[in-house]
Amino acid sequence: MTDAALPQKRYATAADYLNLMKPRIMMLVVFTGFAGLVAASGMTGITMHPAMAAIATLAVALGSGAAGAINMWYDSDIDAVMTRTSTRPIPSGAVPREEALALGLIMSGVSVMLMWLASNWLAAGLLAFSIFYYGVIYTMWLKRATPQNIVIGGGAGAFPPVIGWAAVTGNTPLDAWILFAIIFFWTPPHFWALSLLAHKEYAKVSVPMLPVTHGARVTRQQILIYTLVLVPVSLLPLATGLGGWIYGAAALGLGATFLAYAIRLVRSDAGDATSTGAGMKLARNTFVFSILYLFALFGAVLVEHAAGLHFPLTGT
Amino acid sequence: MAETPDTAAPQLDAEALKARKRRNLWLGLALAAFVVLVMITTVIRLNTGIGVSERM
Repeated sequence: MTDAALPQKRYATAADYLNLMKPRIMMLVVFTGFAGLVAASGMTGITMHPAMAAIATLAVALGSGAAGAINMWYDSDIDAVMTRTSTRPIPSGAVPREEALALGLIMSGVSVMLMWLASNWLAAGLLAFSIFYYGVIYTMWLKRATPQNIVIGGGAGAFPPVIGWAAVTGNTPLDAWILFAIIFFWTPPHFWALSLLAHKEYAKVSVPMLPVTHGARVTRQQILIYTLVLVPVSLLPLATGLGGWIYGAAALGLGATFLAYAIRLVRSDAGDATSTGAGMKLARNTFVFSILYLFALFGAVLVEHAAGLHFPLTGT
Repeated sequence: MAETPDTAAPQLDAEALKARKRRNLWLGLALAAFVVLVMITTVIRLNTGIGVSERM
């Protein structure tokens, strides 16, 4: 969409620039990145200078914000059409497109540089790649090309704990990639629950989200399948010693609840043209619970390793 | 007859000027924060020796 079609309706405030960075996604990214950083310290005994750890965490936040700004720059045409996204800074006319792109590119450079200064080239390189993954591979290529957009694109959001781990140790062992896998398999059921609610909007702008291309029934089945994969993957930290008793209890309880939501969803009419309010409410509740699930699961990792409560079930 | 090029800057209203001033302030603060963060990492690296050898 051209700038002429996006008239400057009002002057941007600091909140507009903050919203450009997708702060809610940023919170999840920072939280999981920090959990990876703390878990790496807990597992290896390698400590990071507190100020360096804080700057590395800030770099992850800035990198996430940069990717968000690039995403909003590229997607401003479809954002303007969809009701859910029409109030975002660019379609609302508060921030010009080119400013969003400039902000995204500058912040990308600054975040990668800060990560390198605070930790090492591996963490900086992974951060750079994750920004590229979200901003280019997912946003510019996958999102409008395939119903698997969320599955493959989910990799971008799964990088933060690996980056946090690399920042501390300078390498990425199996435990870091297990944390990656948890977020990777969590993303499809999380996002598809939302897309059951918003599939008409995606259809309006021809974005091939799964409910648009394959229908709500297939989407509900896929949510269940990915949740069935996610639950055992979330238990892998127990086998490697990364997760202890607290994590185990959390993973079992949260996994069982997530699975219960997915089973109820597959038996519901959520997303169907004839859907009742109850089905849509269930999809919304599943989406909200999925956010809580990830926060709580990584919160358990954080608590165990930061508070000295890590009692693994197996020897490490 | 040759036309005189219009070189006058566009006139901004009070609200636009205020918004521009606010943006400039945030940019200035962000730049200062970046400088401070680079300084902190440099001081810590020099004091602890982290990462000094592999970059030299």
